[in-house]
Amino acid sequence: MTTLIDVQNVSMLYDGRVRALDGISLALRAREIVGLVGESGSGKTTLCRVMMGLVRPTGGDVIVDGTTRLIDMLRRDRLAYRRRAQMLQQDALASLSPRMRLRDQLAEPIAIHGMDKAQGWARVLDLLTRMGLSHGILDKYPHQISGGQARRVAVARALVLAPSVIVADEPTAGLDVSVQGDLLNLLLDLQAELGLTYLVASHNLNVIRRISDRIVVMYLGQIVEQGPTDEVFARPAHPYTAALLSTNPVVDPARRRPRIVLEGEIPSVVNPPPGCRFHTRCPQVQDRCRVDVPALRLNEGREVRCHFPLA
Amino acid sequence: MRSIFRHVAGSGTGLLGLVLVVAIVFAAVTAPWISPYDPDRLDVLHRFAGMSGAHWLGTDHLGRDLLSRLLHGASVAMAVSLLAIAVALSVGTVLGALAAYLPSGQERVILVLFDIISSFPSLVLALVVVAVFGPSTVNVILIVAVTLMPQFGRVARAQVLSVKSAPFLEAEILLGAGWARIFLRHLLPNIAGPLIVLASVEVPVVITVEAGLSFIGLGVRPPLASWGTLIYDGYSYLSDSPLPVVASCITLSLATLGFTLFGEALRDAVDPKRSSVR
Repeated sequence: MTTLIDVQNVSMLYDGRVRALDGISLALRAREIVGLVGESGSGKTTLCRVMMGLVRPTGGDVIVDGTTRLIDMLRRDRLAYRRRAQMLQQDALASLSPRMRLRDQLAEPIAIHGMDKAQGWARVLDLLTRMGLSHGILDKYPHQISGGQARRVAVARALVLAPSVIVADEPTAGLDVSVQGDLLNLLLDLQAELGLTYLVASHNLNVIRRISDRIVVMYLGQIVEQGPTDEVFARPAHPYTAALLSTNPVVDPARRRPRIVLEGEIPSVVNPPPGCRFHTRCPQVQDRCRVDVPALRLNEGREVRCHFPLA
Repeated sequence: MRSIFRHVAGSGTGLLGLVLVVAIVFAAVTAPWISPYDPDRLDVLHRFAGMSGAHWLGTDHLGRDLLSRLLHGASVAMAVSLLAIAVALSVGTVLGALAAYLPSGQERVILVLFDIISSFPSLVLALVVVAVFGPSTVNVILIVAVTLMPQFGRVARAQVLSVKSAPFLEAEILLGAGWARIFLRHLLPNIAGPLIVLASVEVPVVITVEAGLSFIGLGVRPPLASWGTLIYDGYSYLSDSPLPVVASCITLSLATLGFTLFGEALRDAVDPKRSSVR
């Protein structure tokens, strides 16, 4: 499989002290769906923004197609990268221009990229139909539509440019469960049909489990575990992953696992704990964890950042 | 848009303001056609004429028809205020938006510029400009525009700061839009409301400043006659006939009152707390 976007050892330091991302490496391969999980403040959104070139990382590089650095590509041909990768922003409703009819919003990519008007507009109408939106919605303003409709309009707008990569930041945030299900089905259908590659960031584990092939768990700006979704859900190797999965509401009582309650708050990224970043809250903490920083090590097909992995 | 109009016209003072504004704008636009006389036509035999069927508001010390001069004065007042505010609005918006996007060091330069201009008395600035370049209508417009600019700049900066990190602007970056498109099509429509209200509130200020400058001879030059010029002319011959002063002052007062009431009603109408308008 070819690697479309390769995040190499990326760090993001805000104001010289807020370490939002710390040495993240993540390869996004063609037609793959990668799930990014972690608590609020773990760096999911920052990673999405770095991959889209909205913020420039303070360390490391993002490589496109295995050859070009993202910053060079954006400088040389900004529009080419925008046609390659699109992002679904966290707040879909707020991502629509409040004083513009949806008709004009959906025409923006056509105008910006100088696409053929008739062809581009035919594509917009086709996408709307596929999203299950009536064409009557085109004359509405963003405040006149529902959250679920706004999501689908945002998906349609992102797909007008026919990107191969979609970075989705909390695509189901603020939707009720039935609408969430519809949206995930839609995203999966589109992926199969158009051969898309997804990076889906969410703190909703059911969403991630449902949609992703591979899961990446983040804690305080670092990747603590990554591996195939089924395996990670079945046998989490990092104590943090285990704790995270145990808090996930499961409908079937037979599949419930004992809940691991983490003590305390997530530490500040301004002053992260020494040693393993998770040691302040880890149920399995040992002396070594307090001083020795664990590396991300390959362990039975999975990468785990722990001195004493569970699996 | 319609609900804003309904709100302005719905309150008693707003309606009064609206009527006065419409009347003044109508007079300003149609002055050349509805004036009974040429405003500069001398008729020394009929100087200081009182109110009559021939001269509704009488004549001045050179026998010129006062009504015609007041109607043409409306054109001058409107032209000066619209041009001055247009310049202040555009320059202020661009500088304010720039300040909001620049790093704090360069932002300070713009903010200090605003402070310097606002702390400078406009009359002193007017005296300096007139002393250097001589009195002219263009100078009046520029003086007023420069002194008003910081107000628009500060409002524009505050507005841009409140929307600049909004996801819909980021969405445009993600689609690949350039800065001109983002500024004109997405930022400007979302910061325009308060700026338009400020512009309408500033109209009466500009009218009075222009009249004041013209009164002391630093503003509009003959043969163009502004309301300030008319008041000064009338004032010089107050003992011969009080009518020119009284009529000009009432006109000026009605104009400022009208635009003030209208501007205030407009401000209340687009108040963000009124959800029906948004």
